[in-house]
Amino acid sequence: METLLEMLKDMHPEVDFENNDKLIDQGILDSFDIVSLIAEIDNEYGVTIPPESIIPENFNSAKALYALIEKLED
Amino acid sequence: MKKFFSITLTFVIAFGGLGLGQRILMPKYTTGIVEGALIEEYYHEKAPHDVIIIGDCEVYENISPITLWEEYGITSFIRGSAQQLIWQSYYLLEETLKYEKPEVVIFSVLAMKYDQPQNEAYNRMTLDGMRPSVQKFKSIRASMLPEEDMISYVFPILRYHSRWSELNSEDFAEAFKRQRRFHNGYYMRADIKPVETIPEGRVLANYDFGENAYKYLDMMVELCKENDIELLLIKAPSLYPFWYDQWEDQMVEYAKKHDIEYINFLELIEETGIDFSVDTYDAGLHLNVTGAEKLSMYLGSFIKDNYRLKDWRSDGDLAEIWQEKCEFYHGMKALQYEELEKYGYLKSIKGE
Amino acid sequence: MLFTSHTFVIFISLLFLLYYTIPKKYQWKLLLAFSYVFYFIAGPKFLIYIIITTVTTYLAAVRIGKHYRHLDAYLKENKQTLTREDKKAYKSGVKKIQWKWLLSALLVNFGMLFVIKYINFTIANINWTLEVFGSGQGLSFVSIALPLGISFYTFQSMGYMIDVYRGKYPPERNLGKLALFVSFFPQLIQGPISRFDDLAKTLFKEHQIDAKNMSFGLQRILWGYFKKLVIADRILVAVNTLIGDTAAFDGSYVFVLMVFYTIQLYADFTGGIDITIGIAQVLGIKVQENFLRPAFAKNTAEFWRRWHISLGTWFKEYLFYPISTWQPMLKFTRYSRQKFGDRIGKRLPVYIAAFAVWFTTGAWHGSSWNFIVWGLLNFAVLMISDELKPLYAMFHGRFNVEGTFHHKVFQILRTNFLMSAIRLLDCYRDVPTTFRMFGSMFARADLSIFTNGGLLDIGLNVEDYWVLAIALMVVFAVAIAQRRGSVREQLYSKPAIVGRAVFYLLFVAIIVFGAYGIGYESSQFIYNQF
Repeated sequence: METLLEMLKDMHPEVDFENNDKLIDQGILDSFDIVSLIAEIDNEYGVTIPPESIIPENFNSAKALYALIEKLED
Repeated sequence: MKKFFSITLTFVIAFGGLGLGQRILMPKYTTGIVEGALIEEYYHEKAPHDVIIIGDCEVYENISPITLWEEYGITSFIRGSAQQLIWQSYYLLEETLKYEKPEVVIFSVLAMKYDQPQNEAYNRMTLDGMRPSVQKFKSIRASMLPEEDMISYVFPILRYHSRWSELNSEDFAEAFKRQRRFHNGYYMRADIKPVETIPEGRVLANYDFGENAYKYLDMMVELCKENDIELLLIKAPSLYPFWYDQWEDQMVEYAKKHDIEYINFLELIEETGIDFSVDTYDAGLHLNVTGAEKLSMYLGSFIKDNYRLKDWRSDGDLAEIWQEKCEFYHGMKALQYEELEKYGYLKSIKGE
Repeated sequence: MLFTSHTFVIFISLLFLLYYTIPKKYQWKLLLAFSYVFYFIAGPKFLIYIIITTVTTYLAAVRIGKHYRHLDAYLKENKQTLTREDKKAYKSGVKKIQWKWLLSALLVNFGMLFVIKYINFTIANINWTLEVFGSGQGLSFVSIALPLGISFYTFQSMGYMIDVYRGKYPPERNLGKLALFVSFFPQLIQGPISRFDDLAKTLFKEHQIDAKNMSFGLQRILWGYFKKLVIADRILVAVNTLIGDTAAFDGSYVFVLMVFYTIQLYADFTGGIDITIGIAQVLGIKVQENFLRPAFAKNTAEFWRRWHISLGTWFKEYLFYPISTWQPMLKFTRYSRQKFGDRIGKRLPVYIAAFAVWFTTGAWHGSSWNFIVWGLLNFAVLMISDELKPLYAMFHGRFNVEGTFHHKVFQILRTNFLMSAIRLLDCYRDVPTTFRMFGSMFARADLSIFTNGGLLDIGLNVEDYWVLAIALMVVFAVAIAQRRGSVREQLYSKPAIVGRAVFYLLFVAIIVFGAYGIGYESSQFIYNQF
């Protein structure tokens, strides 16, 4: 989870990723951010997030995203 | 209940408002091209007419119903309009028969040269003035050009809405009641412009009148026969548009075949006493008021000799009605001559 | 059939009448019939294309769905006996078969679209290339007319296909219902491009007469006609004049064209969508919004979240994400991070994916280079503004203007200027001409045209400008009011007479001030040729 938070902070240092759960709804992460994230996650965790999982539910909070990563690691 | 009432009221106000808007936006033809106001005047007539005259400018500028009345006691009305096409004449006649039954119908045959719809503006001038009727519907259908559609005739506001930017006081003043401008369909011009040269007609590829034109002429003949009406075909003494011999022959033949009278006034210049140096206001296209009166003298005499019509001058009621018409006629004539004296041209027609 | 034709008004009036008088279970079938009649009137010989799309989509989706059901059943049955590797292998096997079905459907439909829409463009470019290499011969052009809405319904159907493949929802088993989804006529002319699960929520339901909904829908329709007829069709005269004579109307006239074309496009497109959504609303169907006050966007990225939203999201979901999360692309990302370092390496895949998206977006708008260049210019602006972020941050660190009203206004003006400028490619159609004319705006600027009556030489008179000014103010006022919530709801909360008066005034305004009829050429919706 730490690595993920680091990744996110790298992109948007001003955002509180620990607690914010409206990252998509509030437009904090846009499509370019998402794509960069996916590439980084692939790099870090070796996990490919498929397009159909690119939905607000999975990206609205760091927690949700991490849960997705864990699920895909299985 | 209240809701129903309020909704109904809303609709009434809504459509009333649009209707009012439509009346204001429709062109009134008060100056310049006043011919657009011709057709509508028929519906205000209070008494029937023995003679109904239909056709284009060759009737409404060359015949004076006032002269016919004053000299012969003949009651007549000209249901003419600019570039009136033959089917438009036919349907106007058919519609007229809903209101009255004349003894004689006179039709100007120049319209035979137009076999197909011609011009949107002229269509409007003939058709907009008609009251809603089956005949109007059929006439519209027969007259529409490709770019026109029926709904803009049913709701003229769709055609004239863009006039909002050119509305003037007359559009409001005459939104409901129109000023009288004509004399039982006669458009008076007292100015003079003598004939200069008349261009020779150019050679045509085909001189035959079209099938569509003949179709409606046949229908007109039939309609008159059915209703026991005498049909009289005429060609006015207009020097232009050029009246070809081939056309003349076709009309003479047609009239003979159907046993109808046909008068070509171009051949009766001497008899009618028309002098093209003083009797025309546009160098020979149309007669002016003196010319029209001369022609009407001849025409009235012809009618008297050939048709058994009553001289209505003895009828008290009619005489009263026509007395008023004559006053209006002579009044306008005097006014026009006054203007010509003062300005040299007809200011009131030009709209200045 | 144009939205603004008499035929269309009669068409939907008839539909509304029948829709609420027949038994409710036939309502969607009635819509299907009307949609096909609509399509037939537009061009009977084009029906074959939309039928092919419908049938191929239906079959492929149903088969894919079947495989999913078998997969679920199989996995359930054999939950105990299969290992994880077995399950994965089986899944991947099924996926391969499903992929074949998807690919076939995509090839057939996008193939049709490509051939019909882009064959002449391709031939032109092949010929040009051959010429460059000195070959005398060239291919001859094909005479093909565009079926109505092919760009829209193809994308809408393929979106559905991909969703089913991804397992987002099961396929529609009823061919008629799918046919309605593909051919739903209010969407054929200019979208929006709907998602099946979204539209299906209301498309096939049984609908009661809902007076509020219907009157809201009618208001929306009227609003669309107002924008379309009073604003768009009126200013179109000037736009055409300005485009028609590039020699006479250069310099500052180009700026006028920028502004006028933007107004025309906004009014025409958003007006048309209003009519679409309004019609759907009267029918009790919810169609997603396609615009969100785009003129108020503060940067290009935001603009594309407010303009033609359904197209943007389609490309995002079905092109941008798939490309950027493609295995080879991810491999390339890793490689480029090693080669070019973290900073550039991270951005490369995004830029490549975005390039592909914007190239396609441009091409989607038209089969000629000016549209593609337009798409790529959008790409360029987005990428540049992204790269400039550190610079902006520095600026805002120094000067305290971020978030102020003036700053916002500046951003809005800047965005509008940029977007209007690149849209000149739509107007002049020819890329070199567009750049030349844009340059002349600065090189041959002549501000006197704004004072010496130069604006009265382009087809509009003083009264027209008054109408436009007032109409635009009304639109602006509505946009501002909309930020507080639905304008129609706000009207609804006032006494009934207010709502009715507004309705009536709109109607009268359209009838009297609409730029229609003899004298105005009946203009095509700009997006009509899609």
